[in-house]
Amino acid sequence: MTTVRSTPEASTLGRRLRRLPWTLVAALVFLGILAVAVIAPQALATHDPFALDYPASLRAPSAAHWFGTDESGRDLYSRVIWGARESVLIGLGAAAVGLAGAILLGSLAALGPRPVRATVDRFVEILFAFPALLLALLLVAIAGPSALTQIFAVGLGTAPGYARMVRGQILTAKDSGYVRAAVALGHSRSRIVRSHILPNALRPLVAIFALSVGQSIVWASSLSFLGLGVAPPASEWGALLDAGRSYIVQAGWLVVIPGLVIVALALTATTIGRHVQAGLERGEKS
Amino acid sequence: MSILDVVELDHLERELAGDAGPRVRVRNLRVAFQPDGVRRDVVAGVGFDLEPGQCVAIVGESGSGKSVTARALVGLAGRGSIVEADELQLHGADVQAFTARDWRRVRGREVGFILQDALVSLDPLRPVGREIAESLRVHGWGDRATRRARVLDLLTRVGVPNAALRARQRPHELSGGLRQRALIASAIALEPDIVIADEPTTALDVTVQAQVLDQLAGMKARGASILLISHDLSVVAQLADHILVMRAGEVVEQGPASEVLGAPQHPYTSALIAAVPGADTRGTTLSNAPVPHVGSTPARLPRDPDMPVLSARGLVKRYVGPDGRASTAVDGVSFDLFAGETLGIVGESGSGKSTTARLALGLEDLDGGTVQLLGEDWAPLPETRRRLRRGLISVVDQDPLSSFDPRWNVERILLDALPAGEFATSAARRARVHELLEQVGLPAGVARRFPLRMSGGQRQRVAIARALAPRPTVIVLDEAVSALDVTIQAQILDLLVALRESAVVSYLFISHDLGVISHLSDRILVMKDGVVVEEGTPDEVFLRPQQPYTRELIASIPAFPYGPERHHHG
Repeated sequence: MTTVRSTPEASTLGRRLRRLPWTLVAALVFLGILAVAVIAPQALATHDPFALDYPASLRAPSAAHWFGTDESGRDLYSRVIWGARESVLIGLGAAAVGLAGAILLGSLAALGPRPVRATVDRFVEILFAFPALLLALLLVAIAGPSALTQIFAVGLGTAPGYARMVRGQILTAKDSGYVRAAVALGHSRSRIVRSHILPNALRPLVAIFALSVGQSIVWASSLSFLGLGVAPPASEWGALLDAGRSYIVQAGWLVVIPGLVIVALALTATTIGRHVQAGLERGEKS
Repeated sequence: MSILDVVELDHLERELAGDAGPRVRVRNLRVAFQPDGVRRDVVAGVGFDLEPGQCVAIVGESGSGKSVTARALVGLAGRGSIVEADELQLHGADVQAFTARDWRRVRGREVGFILQDALVSLDPLRPVGREIAESLRVHGWGDRATRRARVLDLLTRVGVPNAALRARQRPHELSGGLRQRALIASAIALEPDIVIADEPTTALDVTVQAQVLDQLAGMKARGASILLISHDLSVVAQLADHILVMRAGEVVEQGPASEVLGAPQHPYTSALIAAVPGADTRGTTLSNAPVPHVGSTPARLPRDPDMPVLSARGLVKRYVGPDGRASTAVDGVSFDLFAGETLGIVGESGSGKSTTARLALGLEDLDGGTVQLLGEDWAPLPETRRRLRRGLISVVDQDPLSSFDPRWNVERILLDALPAGEFATSAARRARVHELLEQVGLPAGVARRFPLRMSGGQRQRVAIARALAPRPTVIVLDEAVSALDVTIQAQILDLLVALRESAVVSYLFISHDLGVISHLSDRILVMKDGVVVEEGTPDEVFLRPQQPYTRELIASIPAFPYGPERHHHG
C-alpha cells in the first residue's frame, strides 16, 4: 500500500514523530539511556558500584539511593548502570554467535552438497532434541563460568531455531523466479548464491537479530541467576538478581528492580525488532 | 443511438408490457474509497437497467471500476467504501436503505453472485455438495433430504458429470472447470432471477469456458437477468444484449451489444476491439500506440536458412507425483524452429506446453530425447557446458515481477543480464542498458525505478529487454502476454513483432490463447496430454484441423466477428 501524504514537507517530520506508537518511543528512550550506561557509566552512576558501606546496607529506595542498597550497602542504581555494559554485550554477543551459527548451519543445510545437507539437518535436529539449558550446563562445565562461556552457551542454544529459519529462507529464494531467470541467463551457481540467494534470504534476519537480542539477554540472565555466568562482585543483571535472591523478603527491590530492568531491555529489543520487521514488510509490499 | 434514446425505448417497452420495472435499476452510481483521509473515486456515474431475460455486460480493463460496480449492487463494495447513487434498486427496492439483515435476505435468494476464482471462493475443507446446500439452509429452504436431492440436481444441471461423487469431494479434488461449475450451482441454488457473474471464465481453459458460457446462456434463456463483468470482449460478445464500456471509473460508451461492438463511437472502445488478436490480425498492428524505433541488433551468429536454430527430438519428461505415481508430462515432442520464425505451442492447462518450453531452455532435465541449439548439442548436457552458450536462448515468463530480484532497480537488472566481457567500461554497459530500454519503448527514466512500482505492461517490457540483453538467437515466451490487459497485450504483441523483424530473433511462443497464437505464429503445434496432436501453419490448423481435439478447441473459441479495418505494416 502506498500512503498518500497531502501535508507539506515541513510538517511531515513532526507528524511522523507524533504518529509513532508510544511503545517504540519508550523503547528508543530506554535504548538511549542504555547506550550512555554502556559507553560512559560514570556519567549516569551516582555512587561507586563497588564501594562498601555496611551501615547503609539493605536500605529501601530513597533520594540518596534511587534503587536502594544491597546487603553490603552498595548503591543498586549504580550497580545496575555499571552492569549494563556486561549485560548488553552478553546479549548482543550471544545473539551474534547464535545468528552466525544459524547462518552457517542454515546455509549448509540448504546449499551444501547432498551428504553435507543431510548431516547438518540431523545435527540441527539433535541440537533441537537437547534442552538448551542442558547444553549450556555442559558448556559451562567444560569451560568454566565466564562472560565468554555465557555468550557461547546462549548462542548455541538459540542457533538451531534460527538455523531452521535461515534454511527455509534460502530454499524459498532458491526456488524464486529471479533465481530461475539468473540460471536462464547462464550465471554461475556461486554468482547466483552471492548476488541473489544470500542477500534476499538474509534480509529478514535484520529484524530477527533485534528480536533475538532480547531473548538472549533473558537467557543469559537466567544462566547468571543459576550461578553459571559472570561471578560476583560483577554487577551483570542476572547476577544481581541471583545475589538479591537471599534477601527477597527483607529487601524485595534487590530482585524486583534488576528483574524489571531485564524485562525492559528485552521488551525494548523486541519492540524495535518488530518495527524493523514491519518496515521491511512494508518496503516489500508498497 | 444515444443513452437517452435507449432509456426512452426502455420506458416505452415497459409500458407496453405492463411490467413494474427492471430488476436492477442503477442511476448515477458513485463509489469512492477513503483510506488515508484522501478520497479516491473509483466509479463515477454508472447507470443501467437490467431487464428479465437480459444480459448487461460491463467491459473494462483492470482498475476500470467494473468489479466494484458489480459488488456495490449486492452491498459488498468493500470496507471503507462510500457508495452513492441517485437510484440503486433491486426489484424496485432501494438498496441504499438496506440493513445488514435485508442484504442477507437478498443475497443468494434474489441475487446470485459468481466469482472469478472458484478455488478461493469455495471453502477448502468442505465438500462442495455441503457448500452448495449451505446456501439453501441459511435461507431456510427444505429439509436435509430435499436439500441433498436439490444439490445433486443443481450439479447435474450445470453440467457436472457424476454429481453424487463430486458433491462429496473437496474443491482441490476438482478441476478448475468443475469448481467453477460448482460455484455457479451454489450461486443459482435458490433460483435468483438476478445473477452477477464477475469474470466467470477468466481462469478457465477455452473448452471449459465454452461450457460455462453455455450454462449462462441457458439461464438467460430461462428468464434470468445476468450482469456479466469481463475484460474479454469475445466472451461478452457471446452473451450480452447491452454493453457498458468502462475506463477509469467512467462509462465511456454504452448501448446495444451489436452497436457497441459493431460500430463503436468512442475511440477507447475501438481500441479495445482492435486490440483483440486473432488469425485475421496477423501482419497488422493491434494498437495505435507508437511502436518504438527499434535499432538493429544483429544476432551473434550468421544465419543458415536450412539449419533450424532450435531443434527438439523426442522430448520426454516424467514426474513422480506426491502419491508416488509417475506421470508423463511431455511424451515424444519434436519440433524445429528456423531463424526469424515464430513457432507457437498452444494447449490447455496440463498439456505439457510449459514443460516443453523449459526442456527446450535446458532448465529441466530430460528423461528422453535431445535438443540442439544452432546445430550443436544443447540438452542433455551438463549445465557447466551449457552455461557459456546460455546467451543464445533467453526466456520471458508470464509473471515478470517474480522474475526480478526485488532489491534491484531496472538498470541493475539489465546490467546483470549483459554478457560478461562484451563491454569494457561501465559507461559502455550503461549505454547498452539505455539502448535496450529504448528498444522496448521505455523512457530512460525507468532505469532508476523498481519493477514493483511499475505497471504490468512496463514490467513485461523490462523482461523483454532483459531477454534481448545477451543478443539471443531464440527467445522462449511462456504465456508472456497472458496476464496483461487487452490493450497492453496488444502493445506488447506489436513490440514482439517489431523486434522479431529488426533483432532477427526466433520465438518459441507458448500460450493457451488461440487468438494470440494465431496472430503471432508462422507455425503452430497443438498439444494435449503431453503429446503434439496437430502441427501446421495457422491456416492449416485453424481452417482445416485434422484432429477431433483441434476441432473442439477451435469450436470453443468465442466468435468475435468485430474488428476495424486493419492497417498493415511493414
